[in-house]
Amino acid sequence: MSEKIPSIPREKFSFVHEGERLHDKQFDDKPISYFKDAWIRFRKNHASVVATVIIALIILFAFLMPLLNTRYNARFMDPYYAKKAPRSLALRPLGIADGGQSRAFSEKGLVRAVAIGIAAEDWDAHGATLEEGLESYYQPMLKIGDPVEKRAGKNITRNYTGRIDVYLETGFLYQSVMQAEYDNIRAWEEETGKHVLYPLIEDNNYNADPQDANNWYKTKKSVPVSTREGGKAKELSYEPGLVLEDNYKRDADGNPIYYEFTGGGSLATAQYKVRVLYYNYYIYKNGFEPDYILGTDSQGYDLALRMAGGIRLSLLVAVCVSVINFILGAMYGAVEGYYGGWVDMTLERISDILADVPFIIVATLFQIHLASKLGAVPCLLFAYIVTGWIGTASRVRTQFYRFKNQEYVMAARTLGARDRRIIWKHIFPNSLGTIITSCALVIPGVINSESMLSFLGIVKLGSAATTSLGTLLADAASIWTNYPHLMICPAVVLSLLMICFNLFGNGLRDAFNPSLRGVEE
Amino acid sequence: MTKYVLKRVLLMFFTFMVIMTIEFVLVRLLPRELPTDKTQAAAIASRWEALGYNEPIMTQFGIYLKNIVTKWDFGTSWYIAFRKPAWDVLIDRLLPTVLVNLYSLVFSIPIGILLGIYAAIRKNKWQDSFISTMVMLFVSIPSYVYAFLVQYFLYFKLGWLPLQVYSLADAGGSWFSGKMFYSMIAPVLALSFGEIAGLCRFTRAELTETLTSDYMLLARTKGLSRAQATTRHALRNAMVPILPMLISSFIGILGGSMIIEQIFSIPGVGQLYLKSIQLFDYDVFMMDGVFYTFIGLLAGIVVDISYGFIDPRIRMGER
Repeated sequence: MSEKIPSIPREKFSFVHEGERLHDKQFDDKPISYFKDAWIRFRKNHASVVATVIIALIILFAFLMPLLNTRYNARFMDPYYAKKAPRSLALRPLGIADGGQSRAFSEKGLVRAVAIGIAAEDWDAHGATLEEGLESYYQPMLKIGDPVEKRAGKNITRNYTGRIDVYLETGFLYQSVMQAEYDNIRAWEEETGKHVLYPLIEDNNYNADPQDANNWYKTKKSVPVSTREGGKAKELSYEPGLVLEDNYKRDADGNPIYYEFTGGGSLATAQYKVRVLYYNYYIYKNGFEPDYILGTDSQGYDLALRMAGGIRLSLLVAVCVSVINFILGAMYGAVEGYYGGWVDMTLERISDILADVPFIIVATLFQIHLASKLGAVPCLLFAYIVTGWIGTASRVRTQFYRFKNQEYVMAARTLGARDRRIIWKHIFPNSLGTIITSCALVIPGVINSESMLSFLGIVKLGSAATTSLGTLLADAASIWTNYPHLMICPAVVLSLLMICFNLFGNGLRDAFNPSLRGVEE
Repeated sequence: MTKYVLKRVLLMFFTFMVIMTIEFVLVRLLPRELPTDKTQAAAIASRWEALGYNEPIMTQFGIYLKNIVTKWDFGTSWYIAFRKPAWDVLIDRLLPTVLVNLYSLVFSIPIGILLGIYAAIRKNKWQDSFISTMVMLFVSIPSYVYAFLVQYFLYFKLGWLPLQVYSLADAGGSWFSGKMFYSMIAPVLALSFGEIAGLCRFTRAELTETLTSDYMLLARTKGLSRAQATTRHALRNAMVPILPMLISSFIGILGGSMIIEQIFSIPGVGQLYLKSIQLFDYDVFMMDGVFYTFIGLLAGIVVDISYGFIDPRIRMGER
């Protein structure tokens, strides 16, 4: 204060902006809102972005799959083509999704498989050769490896490894048809040049199993044999030039018999037993070849369509639960947090008690009590909603405690805003980020527990119309070692959904957390 | 402290009673099924009549409570084990569940915590990001997928382990025999993946927080080496939230995992629950429900109280 201020003469002073009107300078760039800021930070989190893309792809799969498949809907099923491996006609030449299964074959097993192809060419019983059979479109063996010889005493057994088309492996089946259908099949055969009806098989001691329509060649103890004069038989082995001796039913003139009258009186009701090549019979029935990109499930439904249905159901339940919990939790938490005191005390007690009820028991009781009246899915929704909102409510409550005594709230109150306005207009938007995050993280939890409940059979979702990934897995649980695709496809999609929704939720949480702003830079 | 514990226990008891009442009413409202065999059906129906199953619901609840208090009788199993007390049915199933989960915890706690510590020390290095990514994957994947993976590789491909847990008779009549342990390895593994990942994530989060706190700086300034400071200061403080979590896991052992028990056919509490629903054995269902509720409440209260013992900074019940 000791320093002396030099005196400046009065006339040297003038107003800076004399004669001008002052305005606030307008911002050149747009303001960044809370949500835009969150979006910017979300975009920087690569894992979350990738997760979001994968989620989008899975959702696309779930909704587009039924639309892309114009030939049949999710209710289409074929009991003979159940548990079959993926087979796509478009990808088959590339060796992917060829409907094949790699297996080890004994020699007679291999002959049996190859014989299906031979018989398919032998529709008029002219006697097809092995080479013709191997070339056949209906040959189930996709690949035959070299034989491995094993010597036990003087017996030599040969084993083969090979890859077999499980659709063609079904081979021939006995069917019972009416006169009209028989005529239809014959007309269809005429029109397309494909063969459905094949000669019936003689029921003699060369036919090991009269029920098995694939047993068309002469066998002894299921080893193929050739017969000679005097009833002696010689065992045949698998080698080039193998000629299988057919065992077809023939009439007196030696012509093969294609049908056998089994019952019914008049021409219209007559029943015939026929032997069909099931692959062509399928085409005759449906108008297309079996083409299941992910194979068929344990009952014979298209697995891809079933999975799409399961994903849709899971997502539907998860999103509904998330939205309803959001609304309930926000209201409950807002009232608790804003009013505090005894209101808070009472409501907290109620939610405490509800929170301690084990979810599995709630879900079970709802299913037992109401599933027959309301259906399994609404009951599942109710079960989630009974206790699900508590988490959201407590988060909202904490946020309200944080904000309700801040200056802007007091200012609003002083200006005469009512409680409802303060809650929804002033405090609630500030806690929105937290709530949205918790909503997003509810989704994987719901998907997980929904699939768990249906896996355990507590929620029964195995009908023709609806299914769930958990039910598909439960169906696969006991048989999947033989049919891995039944297990792998749903498990992979479910795991992907879980991982991606978790990553997505974590990304949202970081994005909506303003204290993390600028941390990464 | 005593006052706080008492208060918590009373509150827990109150909550327990409320939930039990609701459960009881809902279970007793269910239509009861009688077996098709007529003599057996008549016998069961007369037993039910004598036990007061046809009284008004609240009277039934009174009888139920009275039986529990005077005879420790939680009802009777009618279908799973005919006329065996529900409590005994539950207790018989407890040991396998506890064993499998205990093995899994003993296996996963050290691994989980050590991995978590390693990740926290190597924070933002490749080791940390590798562990964190794996943890993210393992936490998200549902437990039955692990079960199938374990079955596929260890049973189907390699043939090292059996597909399912041996029955008591197959394993030499004891739950503790070596053969039984061997058959339990598969479910233990299936349970452990998720457990390890969860523990690792939790440990890493807590330890990274303590590692960056001010007292660590002070400890280093005093002249402690990094290892000394980490073990003596950071780790100890990180243990404060980790220990209660472990305690609650140990209580959770009793509940077990229904899915794992179903897949590996372990005759445990979770399987009993599913069976009781399938067979409409509602007394056992009620018993299991009460049991699950109790475990949940117990875990909550023990964790809250243990905070008071473990962390000297928290004084429970103080105002």
